[in-house]
Amino acid sequence: MSDRLAMEDRRSSRLPFPAELGALVAMALAGLLGYLVFPDDLAFLTRLIGIVFLVLSLDLVTGYCGIATLGQSAIFGVAAYAVGNACLAGLVDPVALLGVGMVAGAVMGLASGVLVAKFQGLPQLVLSIAVGQLVAAMANKLSSVTGGSDGLAGISPGPVLGIFNFDLYGRTGYVFSLVVLVIVFVILLRFVRSPFGLLCRAIKDDSLRARMIGARVYPRLILMYGISGAVAGIGGALTAINTGVVGLDSVSFERSAETLVMLVIGGAGTLWGALIGSVVFQIFEHYVSAANPFHWMTILGLMLIVVVLFAPRGLVPLAVSVVDRIAPRLGGKS
Amino acid sequence: MTAPLLELRDVCKSFGGIRVNDGVSFVVREGDRIALIGPNGAGKTTLVNVISGGLDVSQGSILLGGHDITDFSIPQRVDAGLIRTFQITRLFTNLTVAENVALAVMQKKGITRKFFSSWIDRPNIRDQWMQILGLLGIAHLAAARVSQLAYGQQRLLDLALGLALEPKVLILDEPAAGVPSDESGRIIEAIDRLPPKIAVMMIEHDMDLVFKFAKRVLVLANGRLIFEGDPSAVTHDSEVRRAYLGTYADGRHTS
Ligand SMILES: Nc1ncnc2c1ncn2[C@@H]1O[C@H](COP(=O)(O)OP(=O)(O)O)[C@@H](O)[C@H]1O
Ligand SMILES: [Mg+2]
Repeated sequence: MSDRLAMEDRRSSRLPFPAELGALVAMALAGLLGYLVFPDDLAFLTRLIGIVFLVLSLDLVTGYCGIATLGQSAIFGVAAYAVGNACLAGLVDPVALLGVGMVAGAVMGLASGVLVAKFQGLPQLVLSIAVGQLVAAMANKLSSVTGGSDGLAGISPGPVLGIFNFDLYGRTGYVFSLVVLVIVFVILLRFVRSPFGLLCRAIKDDSLRARMIGARVYPRLILMYGISGAVAGIGGALTAINTGVVGLDSVSFERSAETLVMLVIGGAGTLWGALIGSVVFQIFEHYVSAANPFHWMTILGLMLIVVVLFAPRGLVPLAVSVVDRIAPRLGGKS
Repeated sequence: MTAPLLELRDVCKSFGGIRVNDGVSFVVREGDRIALIGPNGAGKTTLVNVISGGLDVSQGSILLGGHDITDFSIPQRVDAGLIRTFQITRLFTNLTVAENVALAVMQKKGITRKFFSSWIDRPNIRDQWMQILGLLGIAHLAAARVSQLAYGQQRLLDLALGLALEPKVLILDEPAAGVPSDESGRIIEAIDRLPPKIAVMMIEHDMDLVFKFAKRVLVLANGRLIFEGDPSAVTHDSEVRRAYLGTYADGRHTS
């Protein structure tokens, strides 16, 4: 026991720089690596980043608060439609469009939270699915706003900061998305360590006990849903901005389910888990579906089973515990 | 005379027609040290649940500082200074010991609405949780996860959460149960060091501890308060004896 504790203490105190700076550098390097590995497929990486936001947002409500939801893509999709419409209406500045996505996502998140956070367990899960299906059905019906099954097309935002035009190769889109991701991720790293983040983790552990220390659990969960919605909204906005279209798939149940899978693979309850889970899953999916278009779903299913069997808490917690075991042997016995 | 800190008026609680608390009335004043004892199943924990808001009363009312709080939510009661601990520990098991106590400290200060950066190690917060952990002799476990603690240590941490909330009335549900006897002295010690105005009510089976701690004893049997008075008198009371010998425990008494 004390071994591991000492480790945790040392790990945080021995870093000669703030952990956020490490995250920033690591992500910038990973982004550069992506650019080098997929130079002809930046559009794929850019889509990937949009989904990373969705998985991060799910982590905030599911990983940090323990809310069971299969309706997170509704928030993502509503924000994407809002951004699409704003752009078609003439608001073409990409940063302003991100703002639109954030606000739309936050509002949709708050609304979901009011319903979903009221309940627990299976009723909660069912309600989240219902909200998602309702949004999907409305997206299909309200074709004047969403383009129905054809989708909302022709979204063409102006240059970023008035300088960088979105180019055919997707370089601007990629760099823009990556920069936004790094900024949001670093902010979230600080956010989840905040007193509010700590309270949310406590609520996840035992919501009655949290009330017994004076916490207003329901309002706090709604608030977290709103914040999570803003994060999902950024993802929806980036997806609309970069792809130029918003389709029904962005609000689909499958997207919500896949988001949960990515979170579980990486490790719910840590931001790194959400980040790495979503990146690994999507790259794997990308390669496998290209290599074997007939059996890639089977292969993906098998991979999932293996991960859940050997790393039930996710890849990131597994990696941390492996490092914990190996590091003391390598690093002396101080 | 000022209103008592806590007052129960004819509090009843039934589960499916069975009265588990039956017309319980008593007052708690500033500085009180009350032991609530009674056989297993007497309804002591249920009474704590009713007082803390975890359960609604079936009948009767609860007053805090003269104000009726019968309809208050759990957090409202906590804000008003009515704090309880749990017979079966309830802690935030995936947080560290320090995080548990710091969270209670920050909740009390209204800091859990801060959305940015960790506050646990800020001096004014850190001093408080360190002091409470030190008082209970578990400061060396600050970085441990709750799930790594021995049960007795968890009991002490449950008490630490209560202390961190700066109670006016502190209700402890068998705080020493499961705590090794050499550590249970810590509990009495910690209570002794509380500001004298705080009222403490403790449910306890260990009579040595009761005599060390209590200035007044309440005895609950079959949901009814059958004795209220001096600790020295309780062992001589014939009704209390009968309660512990089981006449009450089978639930068929008439009186
Ligand atoms: N939630 C509940 N539903 C039904 N019966 C309960 C509930 N809680 C407690 N009881 C019953 O109430 C009685 C008193 O329990 P409790 O208050 O835990 O006693 P004590 O703490 O004095 O040992 C017991 O018979 C118990 O079975
Ligand atoms: Mg009990």
